[in-house]
Amino acid sequence: MTDLLLAYQSLFAFVGINALLALSVYATLACGQLSLANAGFMAIGAYTGALLTFHAKGLPFVAVLAAAALAPAIVAVPLGLPVLRLRGVFLAIATVGFGEVVRLFFVNWDFTNGALGLVAIPQRTRLWTIVLALAVALYVLGRLRGSRTGYALEAIREDETAARTMGIYTTGHKMAMLVLGAALAGLAGGLEAHFTFMVAPGGYRFERVVDWLVQAVVGGTTVFYGPVIGAAFLTVLPEILREAGARLGLAPGPFRMFLNGAILLAVILYLPNGLVSLPARLRRRARGAA
Amino acid sequence: MGQQLLNGIFLGSIYALFAVGYTLVFGVLDILNLAHQAVFMLAAFVALALVADAHLSFWVALPLAVVAGGLIGVLLERIAFRPLRGRADSNISGLISSLAMATVFEAIALQFFGPDISRFPQDTFPDRVIRIGDATASLLQVLIVGIAVVLMAVLTLLLARTRLGRQIRAVAESPRAARILGVNVDRAIAMAFFLSSALGGAAGVLFGLAFNSISPDVGRGVELKGLAVIILGGMGSIPGAVIAGFALGIIEVFTVAQIGSSFRDVVSFAVLFLVLIARPRGLLGRAAAREA
Repeated sequence: MTDLLLAYQSLFAFVGINALLALSVYATLACGQLSLANAGFMAIGAYTGALLTFHAKGLPFVAVLAAAALAPAIVAVPLGLPVLRLRGVFLAIATVGFGEVVRLFFVNWDFTNGALGLVAIPQRTRLWTIVLALAVALYVLGRLRGSRTGYALEAIREDETAARTMGIYTTGHKMAMLVLGAALAGLAGGLEAHFTFMVAPGGYRFERVVDWLVQAVVGGTTVFYGPVIGAAFLTVLPEILREAGARLGLAPGPFRMFLNGAILLAVILYLPNGLVSLPARLRRRARGAA
Repeated sequence: MGQQLLNGIFLGSIYALFAVGYTLVFGVLDILNLAHQAVFMLAAFVALALVADAHLSFWVALPLAVVAGGLIGVLLERIAFRPLRGRADSNISGLISSLAMATVFEAIALQFFGPDISRFPQDTFPDRVIRIGDATASLLQVLIVGIAVVLMAVLTLLLARTRLGRQIRAVAESPRAARILGVNVDRAIAMAFFLSSALGGAAGVLFGLAFNSISPDVGRGVELKGLAVIILGGMGSIPGAVIAGFALGIIEVFTVAQIGSSFRDVVSFAVLFLVLIARPRGLLGRAAAREA
């Protein structure tokens, strides 16, 4: 068991980081809002963390991570005020725009070496740090379930106008989830920066948000642990299938991409509630057959 | 000054052509088709393969690639959009399924053409320069603007005057009412996808020829520009997309000339962001969308 853990340590670490990011997308999806600003939030967190490690020597890693989570959360408030008035596709587009602006800001900022980014960041993230961070995130999101706030979020997701009519403060709830998502993305950014030794604007492109969205949707967005299952599934599966792809004469990059796309398509068409709804569905089918 | 304007119009014509197809599908289905950029890219590769490998003239390859783009669009609609029709969350699930198709298309292009930049052969197009006032443009640039304008005019006429155009507009207004009036809704939507993707494909071919570089991820940058254009023009409005496409092209060229090339993309996102916050319905918002 320990051998396995050591051999695949970085794979597990990436599962954990991706799971945090998928949860950050899930946070806004939980109240029916598709926000795609998370790559920008992650970049802010990663740069904040890296700059603190470089310039505030002696600051404990916990404080660095807290700052990495806090900085994008603070940015999310002024962003959310105008943007959360938008609905559906419009919110998605506006947040894509925000994410790209953040990335281009770092590309043009000389203090952080522009497009080259910061390198040789000390490796302070351990596997247990990631596991702990993920556990905290899951605890927070899990506690929401069945609580007053959790029901309010569900009501907003199903029908925002109706929820407002029932006296639910929709703007506040949406803002809270945007801020929570930003904090999770920033935390993941701080963790990743201190695990891969570097931060560069190219690592926070729009395509990454798409990956997390895919993971959240494939896992299932109706329950809080769905995105984690999706992230684990989609991070590990290509590794397992790499051999098979090579045997078919397919390059690993395109094969992985094709698989991601095909799985996402299959899930959205045939399993709209994600992999977490698979057991219940199979049980129902088995009962129907019997 | 005149030169910059000319360059801006040239860039804008490609943006407009791309965005017109984008906004057409949104107008009809209320779904953002994120695979539009992949169709753009695939059509460029089809034209490239026809010119470089099959040794066809560009004037044969262009219409073939445009039709190929349209057919890919029909396929896309069949696989990723039709099964979702009638589902309550179809505008978000459609966005996600089109994203899935974009990924699949890009993977296919990567497998066949590799990740590197591909180029048209040297002699695809005669290299001639035309003077307009005190500005110069290549023959290719002038032709690109011409082709783009003609295609957009054809689309506008088609939607305004033909039976098919009326059917597409009826579905955009209300699918249920259109069905009651005897419109074959599935067919109208498929045709809208054909038109949209054919124009997107044409934009891809022209883009590939103009900048002479095609790669599997070439559509991604254009996709974000296209979003800025359709937001600025007003979602679903075709004249809006045309105006906004040219406007964005011109703004971008002037930004590069005045401030520097690293701010090129900042401008389009700043425009996108400001429009969404100040005037979410864009230049020619909802009311115009009904007419389109």
